[in-house]
Amino acid sequence: MPAEGLLAASWLLIALPLAGAAVLLLGGRRTDRWGHLLGTATVVAAFVLAVACTVQLAGLAERSADVELFTFIATGDLDVTAGLLFDPLSALFALLITGVGSLIHVYSIGYMAHDPARRRFFAYLNLFVAAMLLLVLGNSFVALYVGWEGVGLASYLLIAFWYTRPAAATAAKKAFIMNRVGDVGLALAIFIMFAQLGTTSYAGVFGSIGTLAGGTITAIGLLLLLGACGKSGQFPLQAWLPDAMEGPTPVSALIHAATMVTAGVYLIARSAPIYDLTETARTVVLAIGALTLLIGAIAGCAYDDIKKVLAYSTVSQIGYMFLAVGLGPAGYVAGLAHLLAHGFFKAGLFLGAGSVMHAMNDSVDMRRFGALWKKLPVTFGTFGLGYLALIGFPFLSGYFTKDAIIEVALDRDDVWGWVLGGIAVIGAGLTAFYMTRLMLMTFFGRARWEDGVHPHEAPSVMTAPMIVLALGSVFAGALLVAVFPLSGWLEPVFGEPEEAAHVVAPAVIGLVVTVVMAFGVLAAWLFVGRREVPVTAPVRVSPVTRAARHALYADAVNESLFMRPGQWLTRALVWVDNRGVDGAVNGLAAGLGGSSARLGRAQNGFVRTYALGMLGGAVVVAGALLAVTGG
Amino acid sequence: MTLSYYLVLAAMLFTIGAVGVLVRRNAIVVFMCIELMLNAVNLTLITFARSTGTVDGQIIALFVMVVAAAEVVVGLAIIMSIYRTRRSASVDDANLLKY
Repeated sequence: MPAEGLLAASWLLIALPLAGAAVLLLGGRRTDRWGHLLGTATVVAAFVLAVACTVQLAGLAERSADVELFTFIATGDLDVTAGLLFDPLSALFALLITGVGSLIHVYSIGYMAHDPARRRFFAYLNLFVAAMLLLVLGNSFVALYVGWEGVGLASYLLIAFWYTRPAAATAAKKAFIMNRVGDVGLALAIFIMFAQLGTTSYAGVFGSIGTLAGGTITAIGLLLLLGACGKSGQFPLQAWLPDAMEGPTPVSALIHAATMVTAGVYLIARSAPIYDLTETARTVVLAIGALTLLIGAIAGCAYDDIKKVLAYSTVSQIGYMFLAVGLGPAGYVAGLAHLLAHGFFKAGLFLGAGSVMHAMNDSVDMRRFGALWKKLPVTFGTFGLGYLALIGFPFLSGYFTKDAIIEVALDRDDVWGWVLGGIAVIGAGLTAFYMTRLMLMTFFGRARWEDGVHPHEAPSVMTAPMIVLALGSVFAGALLVAVFPLSGWLEPVFGEPEEAAHVVAPAVIGLVVTVVMAFGVLAAWLFVGRREVPVTAPVRVSPVTRAARHALYADAVNESLFMRPGQWLTRALVWVDNRGVDGAVNGLAAGLGGSSARLGRAQNGFVRTYALGMLGGAVVVAGALLAVTGG
Repeated sequence: MTLSYYLVLAAMLFTIGAVGVLVRRNAIVVFMCIELMLNAVNLTLITFARSTGTVDGQIIALFVMVVAAAEVVVGLAIIMSIYRTRRSASVDDANLLKY
């Protein structure tokens, strides 16, 4: 139904941060002094508006509001109207983006205080928030695509924020290019919708998707999945996300942990009516989720870079979400609950990591940390709560949301249900291992600091957001699953949740997961906590460790399968272009030039030669006439 | 009247003229050879006019004579000016207009 009241102004959600970005980027140095305050204010205002809109939405009978804005494209059969759809799903994301976004903006005021380009940083962050809100609020796949590319651009700009560092510039390019691979899939899916259905609005597509052939629906589903994999760092496009940690840490927290990388989960959840019709595509979603959650968890066990461990943890947790949304109606809610809880604790963990780096002269090597809990009490406390929430410590966020996913997997009640549930449980054990390893190496043990490092707690402008996020990590899961069930809120989107006949009692699952988690923690203590951590990584390690250190050779595979053949292809094309195309054109020109120079020699200036030519010509003409007339 | 005598004579005159144009260097001689060729053609025209009993050929012959007279005036003037600048009437010396 058409939006009224505040909901009709929900476009301001996007316009506010966008205006902030425009002012900061166009205002130049004049805005240096107050730019960060403006950037934060726009996002906080957007958050307040999002809360107000959500409250109004909750009061509506239909719990869905359309906001028609303007005609975006109108040519021939192609008619795209730009509009927003404010429904429980987009409201959820709008709250997450603006809420976590506000906290991270506040944190960045402190974190970027000494950076000369702080204004540019806030401009890009605002641009990101605007694009991300467009992504989740748009009422058509085209609007989603515009936001999708917008967040890709913002991500690129922010990864390369310190563009003078070659590693950052390379990582940004890698992220951008790997995202393009996925975006091609999304674009093709939208083209198919245009061609087959003539519309891309959610209402239009979901209303008539059933009329398409099964193969077409599967193709759309798989292409959308390719887009989701690119944006969310899922197998086979997961390699860009850990490298993206070259950007400033608040960026890692906001874009590469809490919001942008979950856009893939949003896309699949939003496209639920499509995936409900194609078992094949859903199975692929499941397989990718399960595979990625293992890849991420295994790689996370081996890295010494605190941000990369957290990045692989993100990859792995988004694998959980993909696994959940691949499971169908019950899974959507479980996956989104995990997404929200993850947004809290992973953002908190990244901000904590940023605080640790802040204290350690921007070092990220965990082997040079240790014994920081005394020096950084607030960071330790908030990071510890985020850690417990992530590994699924009983009654914290991760415990509720991760168990819900495992429950839904087992509820399939077939072999695959057990396999997927088993993978999820193993993943929980690995998560406990790598996160405990990170905790032990960073906060406990002997201090292995480099010379001249004097750790100090971050200013309160940084610790305050960390405390809020830590509280969120503790309570979000319980709130979303037990107190205000998310399934009820999302009912208008995914339909009435059916009470599943549980194959295994939830309490048993909780117990099993807790035991596996305890084993993970214990293993980490045995391997890491009990011994002295060497300041340089051991070289003589098992092949498994070596593979994990190289992220299961994802980069090597990409390089040998795609990059090298691509280079060969370009080299071959360049050769064909130089020798073939250019050769033909240049050869023709050279041939004409040469032959005309030679023919020109005939003009030798001797009248007698010309006369001979005329005579010869006249004889030939006469002979020809005679021959023709049969003379 | 036998046509072929006249025609053979005209052909011989024309050939002499053509060969003269091709092999002689002196511009005056070349010029006279051109006149010879023109008059060989005139002879042919008159011959056919007489044999068919029409006046067309005679009229064309008169035209040719007029054109030839005009051509002589222009041609000799050109040859004179070339001779003045180059001190030579050889057609091979005036060969600057080339590639």
